[in-house]
Amino acid sequence: MLDSLDAAILARLQFAFTVSFHIVFPAFTIGLASYLAVLEALWLWRGRDVYLALYRYWLRIFALTFGMGVVSGLVMSYQFGTNWGPFADRAGPVLGPLLGYEVFTAFFLEAGFLGVMLFGQKRVGKGLHFFATCMVAVGTLISAFWILAANSWMQTPAGYVIRDGQFIPADWWAVIFNPSFPYRLTHMVLAAYLTTAFVVGAVGAFHLLRERSNEAARIMLSMAMWMAAFVAPLQLVAGDLHGLNTLAHQPAKIAAMEGHWDTQQGAPLILFGLPDMQTETTRHELSVPGLGSLILTHDWQGEVRGLKSWPKDERPHSPTIFWSFRLMVGIGIAMVLMGLLSLYLRARRQLATTGWFLRAALVMGPSGFVAVLAGWITTEMGRQPYVVYGLMRTAEARSPVDAPAVAGSLLAFVIVYLLVFGAGTYYLLQLMRRAPAAVERGPEPGLPQRAAGITPAPALQKP
Amino acid sequence: MTLDLPLIWAALIAIAVLMYVVMDGFDLGIGILFPFFKEHRDRTAMMNSIAPVWDGNETWLILGGGGLFAVFPLAYSILMTAFYAPLIIMLLALIFRGVAFEFRFRDPRHQSFWDLGFTGGSIVATVAQGIVLGAFVQGIEVDGRSYAGGWFGWLTPFSLFTGLALLCGYALLGATWLVLKTEGALHARANRLAQRLAIGMIVAIVAVSIWTPQFNLVIAARWFAWPNIAYLAPVPILVAATAWALLRSLSLKRDVQPFLLSLVLFVLSFVGLTISLFPYIVPPTVTIWDAAGPPESLGFLLVGAVVLLPIILGYTAYAYWVFRGKVNADDGYH
Repeated sequence: MLDSLDAAILARLQFAFTVSFHIVFPAFTIGLASYLAVLEALWLWRGRDVYLALYRYWLRIFALTFGMGVVSGLVMSYQFGTNWGPFADRAGPVLGPLLGYEVFTAFFLEAGFLGVMLFGQKRVGKGLHFFATCMVAVGTLISAFWILAANSWMQTPAGYVIRDGQFIPADWWAVIFNPSFPYRLTHMVLAAYLTTAFVVGAVGAFHLLRERSNEAARIMLSMAMWMAAFVAPLQLVAGDLHGLNTLAHQPAKIAAMEGHWDTQQGAPLILFGLPDMQTETTRHELSVPGLGSLILTHDWQGEVRGLKSWPKDERPHSPTIFWSFRLMVGIGIAMVLMGLLSLYLRARRQLATTGWFLRAALVMGPSGFVAVLAGWITTEMGRQPYVVYGLMRTAEARSPVDAPAVAGSLLAFVIVYLLVFGAGTYYLLQLMRRAPAAVERGPEPGLPQRAAGITPAPALQKP
Repeated sequence: MTLDLPLIWAALIAIAVLMYVVMDGFDLGIGILFPFFKEHRDRTAMMNSIAPVWDGNETWLILGGGGLFAVFPLAYSILMTAFYAPLIIMLLALIFRGVAFEFRFRDPRHQSFWDLGFTGGSIVATVAQGIVLGAFVQGIEVDGRSYAGGWFGWLTPFSLFTGLALLCGYALLGATWLVLKTEGALHARANRLAQRLAIGMIVAIVAVSIWTPQFNLVIAARWFAWPNIAYLAPVPILVAATAWALLRSLSLKRDVQPFLLSLVLFVLSFVGLTISLFPYIVPPTVTIWDAAGPPESLGFLLVGAVVLLPIILGYTAYAYWVFRGKVNADDGYH
């Protein structure tokens, strides 16, 4: 029993580790692919070289990130089987086709046009090249569509019947557009856009701090802050709607996120506290009376269920998701503030010259990644102890692989990921440290001369 | 409607696996052959010859895994558990191989390290795939709906041999791809390597063809019983003819034929395997009909496959067309 428990925890750790590493890359590439499409469109439309320079600057970063996303994603497509065989067997009929459609409609599209996007500027016309960029961007969004449909189905299963222990799809429309899917998709795509915007903004701010007159860096910061100003508030609304949807379908998750133990009317909003699963209390509570009910039910006196109303073995781990949720929301609010500040500074024409704001934008660079991870931890840990919410427990989902095998493979993943993705992150930072030029022409010193890098922009204007 | 959905899907997944084997086969072959080319410019040209397409090629592996999950979830569940160690090793190796395409250009000081990762990753991934193939042919111990064998059930002399055989085969694909895509000294070197690898590949095919019926009487009966032997005779005859044509085209210093004939050799080997194993998806107990998901799932995804696969093949062909012709060391974007 102890052995199987350990193996179960190790298998969960392995999935958490590999998927957490993976999500960081798509969260960035979804936004960056769209950003590249916008940059190329601006270049084609306005004809200003600085847009082509920006495109090439971010294309290198995109290629590196995308490569890491591909290899870490390949691991995910086999994780379901290696460590979660019974889950794959029982939920495969529903989830498998969704992932199959992801491969058919998204992965091939991205991979097929990525080559043209990266290497094809000399070989195809400008219009076709732009088309390739758009296809890659659309591919990343389609990929998000299917994978979030699959994930949402595990959270709020719908459109299925159970036959011989297997989940059998009865209504595909209901499976795909399950109750939490539209909210989760919106929330995640906006998160990806914000994540990218804050990275782009931080890179722009970094180079503006070094050289206030850098035109390309100014454009980066400006575009990023437009996103912050408009999308961050939208994200707050989307997040609130997603929360209300969770309250309707997974109230235990909300109770654990809020640290509420007793069912009560006019529940407080706990700002700070230490939820304790043993004593069933939230210690050192700092709370605003009634606000919890107002946010969750949009009524000061609304009733909010507490965790005690579920048996102990059906409660998600409150201490973790209480804090991961607050971390995510805190970053979201900081993003909204950045957006508002940017509007104020922009109106005074001081956006690119205000030192403290540039430093703040630099600090906010990685905030999107932290928020994305915190959000995913909240929603996935909040789904526990179920893998398919309310229907199949995580404990039943595990493959008959012994603890040492799972531990060994986990250790191998940790070592390889830290080495490979550590180096990759370092190379990304190196690329970002290089100041964007007004016309991106020369390759970095020490590299072989590469035709695509040294072709001056006008030479690319042939049909 | 009486479509045999599991049969159609088995064919589609077999095609996906075959597409993966031949397409990522030459990519991995380039990595395997890296140690034979020390010149920096040669290595860069070799990498540039596959850089625009490797990602699409590897997507077929995701389709193989994802497709199995989608339409044969029971087989996916059993096979992934049975081949736990080699699959995880393969995935880790493919990580090193995949990131090398970017990293080696980003870090000149550690280029030799990432080149080593590229070669090592390609070799280890290939051997792991070959081992999985051999263990698959030998059969998997199953109890109920789960794998019942041990941790090292996949490790046998036969599976080790198929691991090395695949290494030789992918290297052949890589070498003939270089014959097709490069010029000058690199081209000549690739041709000489391809001649030796072609002989190795032919020996491996013969060895596996003799070895397999020894341990599996069902497979032996399928090939050698009358009248099957008459119907199936074209397969070995075609293999022999292709092998001869391949060796001849290499000694005549042809550019295109060696690669195409190597692909034909792979396709024929694959057909041979299919004849041996059909209709088992987890040999020797679970058939494609046992493992198939419900018709609701198979039908739903089949609609997508029928509509989308031709489109995918179309733009994949287009990508290859854009990057047609000989490559050199200056074709990157980095």
